[in-house]
Amino acid sequence: MRVKDHNELFQEREYLEQFERKKEFENCPSDGEIQRIAEWTKTEEYKEKNFARQNIKINPAKACQPLGAIFCAAGFEGTMPFVQGAQGCVAYFRSHLNRHFKEPMVAVSTSMTEDAAVFGGLNNMLEGLENAYTLYHPKMLAVSTTCMAEVIGDDLNAYIRTAREKGLIPKELPVPFAHTPSFVGSYINGYDNMMKGILSSITSGKKGEPNEKINIIHGFDTYTGNYRELKRLLAIMDIKYTILADVSDIFDSPNTGEYKLYPGGTPLADAMVSINSAATIVLQKYSTVKTMDYIQKEWSQQVLVLPPIGVKNTDAFFDEVSKITGKPIPQEIEDERGRAVDAMIDSHPYIHGKRFALVGDPDHLLGLISFLMEMGGIPVHIVCTNGDKKFEEEMNSLLSESPFGAEGKVYVGKDMWHLRSLMFTDPVDLLIGNSYAKFLWRDTGTPLIRIGFPLFDRHHLHRYPIIGYQGVLNLVNWVVNTILDELDRKTINTTSFDVIR
Amino acid sequence: MRQIAVYGKGGIGKSTTTQNTVAGLSQAGYKCMIVGCDPKADATRLILHAKAQTTVMDLARERGTVEDLEVNEVLLTGFNNIRCAESGGPEPGVGCAGRGVITAINFLEENGAYDADTDFVFYDVLGDVVCGGFAMPMREGKAKEIYIVTSGEMMAMYAANNISRGILKYAHSGGVRLGGLICNSRKTDKEYELISELAKKLGTQLIHFVPRDNQVQRAELRRMTVIEYSPEHPQADEYRTLAKKIADNRDLVIPTPISMDELEQLLMDFGIMESEAAAA
Repeated sequence: MRVKDHNELFQEREYLEQFERKKEFENCPSDGEIQRIAEWTKTEEYKEKNFARQNIKINPAKACQPLGAIFCAAGFEGTMPFVQGAQGCVAYFRSHLNRHFKEPMVAVSTSMTEDAAVFGGLNNMLEGLENAYTLYHPKMLAVSTTCMAEVIGDDLNAYIRTAREKGLIPKELPVPFAHTPSFVGSYINGYDNMMKGILSSITSGKKGEPNEKINIIHGFDTYTGNYRELKRLLAIMDIKYTILADVSDIFDSPNTGEYKLYPGGTPLADAMVSINSAATIVLQKYSTVKTMDYIQKEWSQQVLVLPPIGVKNTDAFFDEVSKITGKPIPQEIEDERGRAVDAMIDSHPYIHGKRFALVGDPDHLLGLISFLMEMGGIPVHIVCTNGDKKFEEEMNSLLSESPFGAEGKVYVGKDMWHLRSLMFTDPVDLLIGNSYAKFLWRDTGTPLIRIGFPLFDRHHLHRYPIIGYQGVLNLVNWVVNTILDELDRKTINTTSFDVIR
Repeated sequence: MRQIAVYGKGGIGKSTTTQNTVAGLSQAGYKCMIVGCDPKADATRLILHAKAQTTVMDLARERGTVEDLEVNEVLLTGFNNIRCAESGGPEPGVGCAGRGVITAINFLEENGAYDADTDFVFYDVLGDVVCGGFAMPMREGKAKEIYIVTSGEMMAMYAANNISRGILKYAHSGGVRLGGLICNSRKTDKEYELISELAKKLGTQLIHFVPRDNQVQRAELRRMTVIEYSPEHPQADEYRTLAKKIADNRDLVIPTPISMDELEQLLMDFGIMESEAAAA
C-alpha cells in the first residue's frame, strides 16, 4: 500500500469537498467577507489597531528560558540536561531542537504533576536525580526549571543538597542549577542563567595560576558551523582556547551507525579551569549578560564582547584577539578577508539600495544589520521580541553610524503580526527571519532569507557559519541568490529573463 | 551584612515589632533595610509615614513586566535613612502571592538593592510559611537568621511551632538558623513562663519579652514607630533593648519542633487549658 503524504492527500476531491462542507458547520463567513477583512488587515487603520494591542502576542519570535538552559547544558561533556518540572515542557524543548538540527537530543524531566504542585517538588527531584544518574551515567547533571517549579518556589539548591546528603548521587558529581522561569525573558536568558550556574559550580575552588588560554562563549548560537569555523580560525592562529558550551558535536554528530548518548561537548576538565584563562571572549552580548558580569566580578577576568558577523565586526574580532594573545593575524586569514571582500563587491550592485525587514534575536540582528549596511542594504523594519531597552539603544546607535541606517526603526517586544502590518503599509524588498517568518512571505510575497532560530523548513543551514569571513561569504551567498531567484521569477517570459546576472 | 527574616502568625505584630526594632538598630548606628514580603504591603508604613508604598508588584502590574522597573522606584528611604521595599502582590483571592515574593526579591537582588555597606536586611514575611514563595527569604544566600514573633495565645504558639518546622526543612540543606522567639505580649496567663518554656522546647531562647503598651497604638495612628513618636517612653526602650539583643545575638540554632500533643501538654502543664476547663 502506498501511503500518501498530506501534500497530496488533502488535494483530493473527497477532502476538498469535506473542507467545503466544514465551513457550513463552522458558521464560516462568506468568501467575500473573508477577502474584505483580509484586505483590511493590510491597511494603515489596521496597523494602528495592531500596534495598540496589549493582551495578546501573535507569533512572537522567541521561545522560553529552559530551552536555552538545556541547549547550554548539552554543550558540556557527558552532561545530562535535567529539568525540574513538567514532562510535556521538556518534550517540547527536545522536539524544537530536533526539528532545527535534525538530530536527536537528550534531556530528562522530573515529571512534576498535581501532587508535586501541592506538596513541592522535592521528591520528584530526589527520585529524578537518582534515576538519571543510575540510568544515564552522566558526568554532570545540569538542572533548570519550568514554570511549574518556579510558581511553587522550589528551592533547587536545597533540594540538590538534600539528594547528596541522602546519598542518592555521589558527593563529587557536579550538579549545577539555574532557575529558569519560562514566563520571564526567553531562551537567551535561560542560556545565560544556565551558563552562569554551570561555571560558578564547576570552577569553585579551582582558582590558580593564570594560563594563556582564552575562553570563548558563543551565547545562544544555533549555528554548529560557527563553532567549527571558530575552532578552525583559532587553530590557524595557534591560539589555545576553551569553548564554553561547545554544542557542535552534540547537534551535528557524525553518523557512524552507533548511537552515543553524549557525543561531545566541552571537556569538563577544561571548563573547570576556565577560571584561570587569560580572558573570555563572548560572541553574543544579550545571551551572556549575567555570565559576563559573573566572570568579571568573581573571576576578575577580562571579558570582551566581539561578535564576528560582517567584515567590520570580524576585523575587530581578529584585532582584539591578536592584541590579547600577542599572536599575529596570519596571511591565510588576510586572504580569506580578501576573498570575502571580493565576493561582496561582486554582489554589491544587487544588494545596494535594497530595503530589508528583519526579525530575530538581539545579537543576530546587530550582526546582520552591521553586515547589510556594509553591503549598502537598507534595514527598515527591525523586530526583536526578546530585546530590551539597552538593545534598542545599541541598535539605534549602530543605525546612526551609517547613512544606510537612516530608515531603520527598531521594534522591541513586538511580534511577527506587528511586522506583517509594517510590511503591508511600508513594503520592503527582502525579509530576514526564522522559519516562522514564512507566513510573512506567504502573506506579503516578500522573499525570505532564512537566518536565525528555529529553521525547521530548510535543511543544513545551521551547518554553514555566519561568523568570520567565511560567514560573510555565506551571508552574501544567501542574500544575493535570493534576490536573483526572485529576479528570475519576476522576469519570467520577458526579454530580461537573462542567463547572466 | 546580616539578613534576618521575621515570621509569625498573622496579626501578631510582626510589622510593628520589626519596624520598631529596625528603628532602634538605626539609632545605634546600623544601616538597615526592610523588605516587606506580604501582598498587603504594610510592613514599612511606620518608617515611611505613608499608608502603603509603591510595591514591586504594583509597578510590575502597571508596566506589564518587572523588567521595566528601576530599583529606585521601589526602594524608598524613611526614618533615620532606613531603606524600605515592599514586594506587594495580587488582589486577594487571585493569582499567586508566593511567586510575587520570589519575583520581588529576585528583582531587588539583581538590581543591586543590597548595598555592600548595609548592616541589616529585615524580611517581614506574611503569616506562616504557607508555600515555597514565602520560604524565599530562607533560601541560601539570603536570611540566615530567623526570629519568630509569638504570644501566649495558643494559635500563635502553634504557628511558631509550625514555622520552626519550615526552618528545620531549610536548616539541613541551607544555613538558616533560628535566632529566637520574640514574645509580643497579649497579657495572657503566665505568658513569660509559657513562651520561655516553648523556646526551650524548640531548642532556642526567648530573646525578648515586649510588654503590651498602648503607646504602640498611639504611635501607629500617627504612622510612626514608638522610637520616633516618643523616644523617651519606656516602650521605646523595650524596642531598643530588643534591637541590641538581636545585634549581639550569637545563639543561632536548628530548631526542634514539637508535636501538637506536646504543645497541648505544655499548655496543660502551665494550667492554662485546665483553668479553661474549670471555668467552663
